[in-house]
Amino acid sequence: MKRKTQRLCIILSCMMGFAIAIVLVLSAFSDNLVYFKVPSQLINQSQPIGSVIRLGGMVVANSLHHLNDNQTPITTFDVTDGQAAIHVSYKGILPDLFREGQSVVAIGSLNQQKIFIATEVLAKHDETYMPKEIADSLRKNGKWDPRFGSPPDPSRWNHMIKPQ
Amino acid sequence: MTDSMFLSKPKKIRFFIINQLANPKNFFQFTAKLQPWINFFALLWIVIGLIWGLFISPADWQQGDSVRIMYIHVPMALLASTGYILLAFCGFSSLIWKHPLADLAAKEIGPVGATVTALCLITGSIWGKPMWGTWWVWDARLTSVLILFFLYMGHIALCHAFDEPQKGYKAAAMLALIGVFDLPIIKFSVQWWNTLHQPNTFSLTHASSITLSIAAPLICCFIGFSLGFIGLICIKIRTAILEQQIHRFLINAPTLSKEQI
Repeated sequence: MKRKTQRLCIILSCMMGFAIAIVLVLSAFSDNLVYFKVPSQLINQSQPIGSVIRLGGMVVANSLHHLNDNQTPITTFDVTDGQAAIHVSYKGILPDLFREGQSVVAIGSLNQQKIFIATEVLAKHDETYMPKEIADSLRKNGKWDPRFGSPPDPSRWNHMIKPQ
Repeated sequence: MTDSMFLSKPKKIRFFIINQLANPKNFFQFTAKLQPWINFFALLWIVIGLIWGLFISPADWQQGDSVRIMYIHVPMALLASTGYILLAFCGFSSLIWKHPLADLAAKEIGPVGATVTALCLITGSIWGKPMWGTWWVWDARLTSVLILFFLYMGHIALCHAFDEPQKGYKAAAMLALIGVFDLPIIKFSVQWWNTLHQPNTFSLTHASSITLSIAAPLICCFIGFSLGFIGLICIKIRTAILEQQIHRFLINAPTLSKEQI
């Protein structure tokens, strides 16, 4: 065997070993690598009360309420993954992208009444990019309501029909 | 009968890339000729892309003008990964074929790649504060890119860690090869796990969820920054070749006294 081939074999087998090790480690820690859990996961698993959880999901349309406590805004809203919803209460200033229909990640814990008390709320941006004018005209024509889901693909803009 | 009689054209091209350009002198002359063209087109595409992206293209319906950070962030993110593929390829050719230019190239790609990765992290952070509401989160995408940055830094450190440069290059090449596994993790992290970072917008399998008026300047910026990246690396490798030559010349010139050097 030429030395070159020998080196190639050694390096390739080392790389294979590393690849297997990394796949095993990642699959073992897969549960910890998710940044947030969705409401249905949280409801099915019994979480110890008071432990810090990151809850992710979409803000349910018409569930957003603003209250005021000594100049500090308090916001309550429901977060859903389409299967279950959790009531969230947050005291503080929300990020710019926060709105009904937006995906958010709330960091906090569940209390005894199964209300999620958030200490921090992050807005999650989706992968769609759309000029403001198009969003406005789609909304004006009643073809799309941002409170009920993510924006449509550009390929569908021209032949979208008004939802019933 | 020699093998050259049966060489087909593609094989000749491969021969050119691997054998002719491997010669530092040939590489030097070839890239020196190309350099003005690379510089010119890099500048042209960057200027077109940035003016188009920063001033002409529409603002996003929910991000507003913050979307324009993407015109720097996305090319930097793509170049950070592509640069590491180059680095790993250099490591591979250095370890297996003892390619004479591979170590020099790897040593010069490292700092450029690290800078690009740092820019990607910084622009992402600046975008994240107003949009997400936080500078940084430890989600899979952000963490794996931070690891890529540390891999670049480790590579730079290893290149300079030994008194005998060859030893350092060998260790750095091994690190470059091991680190390659971070690249699929970066790419697929947004699909495999829940992350705060949005999933990939461009995809080969389904329609991309971006309009042409936002995508076109992004592609211009990407072409421009890629050419700039290539140009910068070519200049750095040529400088390194010259440096090596001068070093050899000084070592082989014992008649010169210290004052003359």
